[in-house]
Amino acid sequence: MEQCDYRSQDLPQVLVIKPPPILTFFEDKFISSKFQLLKAWESTLPLDQFLTTYAGSVRAVLSSADSPITADIIRLLPSLQIVVAAGAGINQIDLNECRRLGIAVTNVAGVFSDDGADAAIGLLIDVLRKISAADRYVRNGLWHAKGDYPLGSKLGGKRVGIVGLGGFGLAVAKRLEAFGCIVLYNSRKQKPFVPYPFYTNVYELAIDSDALIICCALNAETRHMINRKVMLALGKQGIIINIARGAIINEKEMVECLVKGEIGGAGLDVLENEPNVPEELFELDNVVLSPHRVVFTPEGFMAACELVVGNLEAFFSDKPLLSSVMDE
Amino acid sequence: MAPHNNSYPSQHDLPNVLILKLPPSFVIFGEHFFDSAKFRFLKAYESSLPLPQFLLAHAQSVQAILSSGGAPVTADTICLLPNLRLVVTTSQGLNHIDLSECRRRGIAVAGAGTIFSADCADSVVELLIDVLRKVSAANRFVKQGLWSSQGDYPLGSKLGGKRVGIVGLGNIGSEVAKRLEAFGCSISYNSRNKKPSVPYAFYPNVGELAANCDALIICCALTDETYHLINKEVLSALGKDGVIINIARGPIVDEKELVRCLVEGEIRGAGLDVFEHEPDVPHELFALDNVVMSPHNAVFTRESFEDLRKIVVGNLEAFFSNEPLLTAVNLDDQPHFSG
Repeated sequence: MEQCDYRSQDLPQVLVIKPPPILTFFEDKFISSKFQLLKAWESTLPLDQFLTTYAGSVRAVLSSADSPITADIIRLLPSLQIVVAAGAGINQIDLNECRRLGIAVTNVAGVFSDDGADAAIGLLIDVLRKISAADRYVRNGLWHAKGDYPLGSKLGGKRVGIVGLGGFGLAVAKRLEAFGCIVLYNSRKQKPFVPYPFYTNVYELAIDSDALIICCALNAETRHMINRKVMLALGKQGIIINIARGAIINEKEMVECLVKGEIGGAGLDVLENEPNVPEELFELDNVVLSPHRVVFTPEGFMAACELVVGNLEAFFSDKPLLSSVMDE
Repeated sequence: MAPHNNSYPSQHDLPNVLILKLPPSFVIFGEHFFDSAKFRFLKAYESSLPLPQFLLAHAQSVQAILSSGGAPVTADTICLLPNLRLVVTTSQGLNHIDLSECRRRGIAVAGAGTIFSADCADSVVELLIDVLRKVSAANRFVKQGLWSSQGDYPLGSKLGGKRVGIVGLGNIGSEVAKRLEAFGCSISYNSRNKKPSVPYAFYPNVGELAANCDALIICCALTDETYHLINKEVLSALGKDGVIINIARGPIVDEKELVRCLVEGEIRGAGLDVFEHEPDVPHELFALDNVVMSPHNAVFTRESFEDLRKIVVGNLEAFFSNEPLLTAVNLDDQPHFSG
């Protein structure tokens, strides 16, 4: 028997199917006088039953990478008017369906860019300069036994191709310039007022780059965009850094290229089937892995909480949304 | 008989450059790495004679020494070489050379100049990001299969907005500052002298610098004044949330005290490329996730070694051609390290 009373207050409800990381870490930030949370994951009911029983009048829902908002879910929420993304991406939301039904969508644009860029640079330098591998070498007592560790490769002067010059891409570019790297990019459209050479497609960018940093959104065009052809163009010394979405890279082909030495290394925060990691990657010293947390800092999370709550409170007060994405 | 080219001196006429111990460059790239048609190497380490005897045997012919960090040039050595006029070192650091004695004898010293500054600074930034954002620790976590079994890894700490205190605002320190500004850090420093046209806040002593920063970065030379400069008081001033990064020289930090602070959680973490007794590293550090270590290779890139080759050969060739050295050290400006 269901114990929870979901109508304890008169506040409108915000449906949360699975808690986004920012809610897990900072639930107290979501206490508001304008709404209350309807926590579907706390129920023992299967999701569609829960929604049919309790979510009939729900106008707002949170979404994150683990909590997609599909057409099926939208169908079970007849009063839905807004989807508030609580993470960096919105590829898990059926945007066409939202557009069709006039459902607003907001994201957390901007608040994660700095932290994401810091981590992307961290992964890039790590792979080029073999920092994690050297740390392991020292930790295993090998410095004493075997002497010096193999040479790394200098960052300055490297040609770094950024795939997707949005908030993350621009933050990455700014940092790369401070290291003396040459920044190149590919984006859906050329950006005016940007000093970096533009490439119309990722293949051409890869030919001219020593490293690629994936910063773009996942959608129908970008799925498996980084494939074997692009990786061979990047070359044996080339490095791939992915802080965006795993599915932008054809993972099977990437693993093959890494194992065969057809590219020089990779720094990956995201994978196609998280948290499952292709076993071949565990043994490769030229691969640095991170468990989908490039934006995970307390400061970044708190800023994201403020933006998410800000959008919800604006919605429930009939005020303009802070970060709507539906014009894109 | 084959025609003899009189333009180039034969091997026997070439001046000698003494090498006391095998330099790292030779280990990595082979013993012809610094070869030149203008001089030849006299390799003390290949002789079965004990060093003092070897030096006595070759004393008159040695005008130049090629030194590296692990091959100190002491007053005793200098004493045995009456014709020594130049010491070239493969390192940016000079603490292994008796600079006072060189100054006294009028012996020129040429170092690596600034060729290593960029790679050093890149390493500093990487160690700082690694410690704050747990890059190596998370990599271990995932590769041990813990992501699927244990779930998410703890949050890191934001780099932007951190107050960075640089100890020693020389060439390396300046390159570090430039990079960290792009990450949104604020920079302050302590140096022997305040630098006139530098936009960063100056602190007259390291303790005050440590008390006012979130990350303390050691970029200074090892001298008598800086030996164990980073001691209990400084680490205490840095505090529980503070991080220390050392790519300079191990003995600048009181290592025993640093290890104690790390083990007891009195500072947040450390990124260390250098240690007091390399290659020995305190075992207590191996178990700590908030420490990132590298085997004194902050400057070890292929590109830097090629730059080093040009500088070393260039300095020696200039010397033997009576031309100005490429990277002469101003000995009047250098404090001493007694070792």
